[in-house]
Amino acid sequence: MASEFHQKAHDTLANANLQLAIFTATGRLKDKRTEAVAAGELPDYQELRTQANAVKQHAIDNLDHYLELFESNVTARGGHVVYCKDGTEVSDFVLRLARERGAHLIVKSKSMTTEEVDLNERLEHHGLESVETDLGEYILQLAHQRPYHIVAPALHMTRYDVAEVFTRRLNVPNEIVIEKQTAMARSILREKFLNADIGISGANFLVADSGAVVIVENEGNARLTTSAPRIHVAIAGIEKVIPRAQDLATFLKLLARSATGQLLSVYTSFLSGPRRSGEIDGPEEFYVVLLDNGRTRLLPDKRKRQSLFCIRCGACLNTCPVYRRIGGHAFPWVYSGPIGAILTPQFMGVQQEPALPFASSLCGACGEVCPVKIDIPKILLELRSDVKKAETRDKQNRLEKLSFRAFAWMMTHPRVYEMAGKLLRTAGMRSLQLGPLAAWTSQRDLPPLPGRSFRERWRRR
Amino acid sequence: MARDYILHRVRTALGRSPSQPIPDPPPARIRIPEISLDARVASLLLRVEELAGTAVETSDPRTYIAAAMAGKSAIASNSPYLAACGITGLPGVESGITDREQLRHACATADIGITSADYALADTGTLVLLSSPAEARMISLLPPEHIAVVPRDRILSGLDELFSILPHPGEQSSSMVLITGPSRTADIEQILVRGVHGPGRITVLVAPA
Repeated sequence: MASEFHQKAHDTLANANLQLAIFTATGRLKDKRTEAVAAGELPDYQELRTQANAVKQHAIDNLDHYLELFESNVTARGGHVVYCKDGTEVSDFVLRLARERGAHLIVKSKSMTTEEVDLNERLEHHGLESVETDLGEYILQLAHQRPYHIVAPALHMTRYDVAEVFTRRLNVPNEIVIEKQTAMARSILREKFLNADIGISGANFLVADSGAVVIVENEGNARLTTSAPRIHVAIAGIEKVIPRAQDLATFLKLLARSATGQLLSVYTSFLSGPRRSGEIDGPEEFYVVLLDNGRTRLLPDKRKRQSLFCIRCGACLNTCPVYRRIGGHAFPWVYSGPIGAILTPQFMGVQQEPALPFASSLCGACGEVCPVKIDIPKILLELRSDVKKAETRDKQNRLEKLSFRAFAWMMTHPRVYEMAGKLLRTAGMRSLQLGPLAAWTSQRDLPPLPGRSFRERWRRR
Repeated sequence: MARDYILHRVRTALGRSPSQPIPDPPPARIRIPEISLDARVASLLLRVEELAGTAVETSDPRTYIAAAMAGKSAIASNSPYLAACGITGLPGVESGITDREQLRHACATADIGITSADYALADTGTLVLLSSPAEARMISLLPPEHIAVVPRDRILSGLDELFSILPHPGEQSSSMVLITGPSRTADIEQILVRGVHGPGRITVLVAPA
């Protein structure tokens, strides 16, 4: 059963250039993270993780309370909160706002949440120009691709790919020097910022006690997006809310270190409401869109609820032996890697891509690096079980069922178990390289078996 | 209405009823190390340099900036501290703008943006700027170079001290921005490029309070 997921994974595995690009880039990010959270750099790293996990747990367990608190504080600062069930409601809201204000040009800063609902496509379909301004996202928008990685969206592209996209889409001379490519994008996008009517951003955190949106970035495009146009619309998942501004002292220390190994990202913006009287610049209107889009589906199950703790640092991608081989585009939705393997089935249903929870070696590395301590391996296991339960009777693999029944019988009958062990030791490991097993065993060396089993030795003790 | 629908779904899933009280949140984790002002200054200068910025302690920021400008144009914020340092009076420095459009134009054409800072964080090399009539957002953002003059006694140990002094930044301003080094990207082949949208050069001057 070669699904699209399998097919794309195989294509990536067969592409040597891509393999090198993914492995180098994720390896570098992984090493930087390891250095940044090492005991010498951040002695209280584990305590910060524990605190971040406890705060997220509390916020999600009492989500309705914090959403209402956030909403009332945004309103008190002169901003507006708009709840949206799905992508259609988000684009309807933005379209209506644009029509009422006579807006044509929208600048956007990086937001995974808007990627979820294909906002750009929806807006452009209705005649608005919506421009991504993060360099990586801008390149991808021109190339009509979706992000390859949560933090480094164009991780799979080379300077030559970028040169090709720029010359084809922007009518600029072929340029392969990265600094010059960046400067080109800067000058084109600078023009957009200064003429845009609306700026759309994501949000890393929504601070309930302040009615504030917190945005973390390195380029400055999010600051421009949220400050230059007359209207700022922040679009965030409902799970992004945290109780207090003081909690940022915990989360900000973890986020940049886990994502890129920086102590802090270059810009952290704490934005609450439109510009106040006397302030010289800043938006006249301030909206926060709170998006569900499947999130409430994750809430009933206490363990799976923790999937909503994710702060989108990407550390689990960089450390994952599967992501580092098959890359980001094999994954069926915007979220890739271990976090994608648990978010996608829960947001869209396990049927979307039943192979997803199985695309893991369960090595546990993702759970170990997660700054908010999401138990990703455990959730993967539960989703595997959900996939199996959802399969109809005739779709279940007969051989697999039979093998498990035989295995269960063997494990509950000590004599049979001992006989099987003896057989394996006498026939040797070579017996395992027969039939369908060979596909797996021919590539691997199994440890040599001892002459006698533990039970035999125990009896002869 | 989507609002009621979503809140209802959230409550049902969590087994909560409207306006049901919540348990106390875990106490916020704030740990402020005791570090002398001299050590904080030294740490700030070091961290900014590590980020490829320039960091200097000077008793005369006016002379430093005059030399650094070398014929370039600058836009300075309306911070009384900059005026008191005599920086707004330097030739080539424009200041005192209160109109949004005029300011934006000035920032888009100036070579250097000069601001003060409300605070600086010693352990990360960070500037903290709150938007106000004295500090606009664009001055530290549009020009290719940013110079910030920080009064010495405004240097805090780090994030924990900042959020203990400012537990509610939104009460003071619509925008608080933390600036840690020059604008940068590594989106193409992980090669670091500075100055992609914001200033590619940053100078932090620590001056007497």
